[in-house]
Amino acid sequence: MNFILDGFFQAIDLLITGNAETYSAILVTVRVSSYSIGSSLILGIPLGFCLGYFDFSGKKPIRTIVDTLMALPTVFIGLLVYAFLTNRGPLGNFSLLFTLPGIAIGQTILALPIVIGLSATAIESMEKKLRITIMSMGANRRQLFLTSLWESRHALLAGAIAAYGRVMTEVGISMMVGGNIKWHTRTITTAIALETNKGQFGMGVALGLVLLTIAFCVNFSVSFLRRRY
Amino acid sequence: MALGQLEYILIHRCVLSIKKGEMRMKGLLSAILCLALAVCLLPGICKAEEKTLMMATTTSTDNTGLLDYLAPKFQEATGIELKWTATGTGKALKLGENCDVDVLMVHAPPAEKKFVEAGFGADRREIMYNDFVIIGPAADPAGIKGKSIKDALQSLKAKQAIFASRGDNSGTHKKELSLWKAADLQVPEKENWYIQTGQGMLTTINIAAERNGYTMTDRGTYIKYEDNLGGNPSLKILVEGDVVLLNQYSVIAVNPKHCPKVKNDLAMEFINWITGPAAQEQIKEFKLLGKPLFTPNAKK
Repeated sequence: MNFILDGFFQAIDLLITGNAETYSAILVTVRVSSYSIGSSLILGIPLGFCLGYFDFSGKKPIRTIVDTLMALPTVFIGLLVYAFLTNRGPLGNFSLLFTLPGIAIGQTILALPIVIGLSATAIESMEKKLRITIMSMGANRRQLFLTSLWESRHALLAGAIAAYGRVMTEVGISMMVGGNIKWHTRTITTAIALETNKGQFGMGVALGLVLLTIAFCVNFSVSFLRRRY
Repeated sequence: MALGQLEYILIHRCVLSIKKGEMRMKGLLSAILCLALAVCLLPGICKAEEKTLMMATTTSTDNTGLLDYLAPKFQEATGIELKWTATGTGKALKLGENCDVDVLMVHAPPAEKKFVEAGFGADRREIMYNDFVIIGPAADPAGIKGKSIKDALQSLKAKQAIFASRGDNSGTHKKELSLWKAADLQVPEKENWYIQTGQGMLTTINIAAERNGYTMTDRGTYIKYEDNLGGNPSLKILVEGDVVLLNQYSVIAVNPKHCPKVKNDLAMEFINWITGPAAQEQIKEFKLLGKPLFTPNAKK
């Protein structure tokens, strides 16, 4: 039990003394999760908009598939992405294995169903009459798209935060595709796994608290933005 | 046609919100793009590739801290940065076979020889050894202390004492399986007393300790475990010193004929360095609790 309290003080110590290994892991985590959340939002919001906005045959089954993919296990994604990125795989020429963009590809696959599903729900639950009215005001398609997104911004934001949380805390993809390489692809979560394997439980707890601190900073700035807009 | 109040409010909102929404959403999207660009341009990501060597290795060399100790010395001597990913020997060999790494540091001689014979590995050189030991609770309920490895395994089975196995196809796991066979026993599989953890060595030791059971470990990881617990571990070494318990570590260069893109020149530089006198001396100097963890034995 002691190691939990030890971990708490160790976490403060790591952050204050500017422990190089910890800050490297923090930077890697923030960087790779920004890549993946950025690309999953850019891809996912338009797709989610289409899925929530338009009525077409096959919409229901697609919704079910998207919802199912939200449950993709991270280790499985890691294995799939590894199969493509390995030097003998179809994308081996790009040398993406054991790199941050490689991890980001896997994490994008992880976050995409969440972003698509939740933004589709956000658009669907938008006031139906609002949509008709926007059109009756003579808005063109682009204006319609952007206005609908703006009107459902809070629900979209909630989806983005859920996806960000999942991306930042996953360990399966980072471990399998990134390889937990010190100074390069070691994220906070793979570092926790390693420290636990090494029996350094206190250090593992400390890193877990560091991760929570980052998550808190992200959510705090998001809620600040939300109050302003 | 008179408008209902809701419609009126909506129209009012929309006139504002079409303009505002479009502008703001555009602003937001370009902010996201800018952020993505900024993150990409953070130092490091776009810089040219330096001389780096990618190695797959086993958990024991990483968990004991040996590589953290050797990598800076290697970089100092040759200017090459050593990057490594630590997994079980099974996966490490697989990464070599798939050309994802340039060099391997592993400890499962029979599997290594097969790997080289299959044409996946080129130069295999032995670098160091430690030995495996059977550890268990000090009270030793199965009474194996001081016995030969064969007798010890037989009484573990007879007494159905809790035994934690790596169960992950690692070098240690392969060794353990071969010992059951050598003791004329069927490898336990579903027996209640035989726990297959599927995890790294230190985790497995901890599981054995939690269950008050036995396990087999390399001595290096055991010393690390001893060190973690301040030199007073709950599991003690009970069986040691048998010749069959020797744990040989080797380095293997991934075969450039099988993997043309592999950095064979760097891999050879590493192999020559680690089998050389300076690095061998440094391996000997690597100690925890004043005990050496590995014994260098590279042949000239």
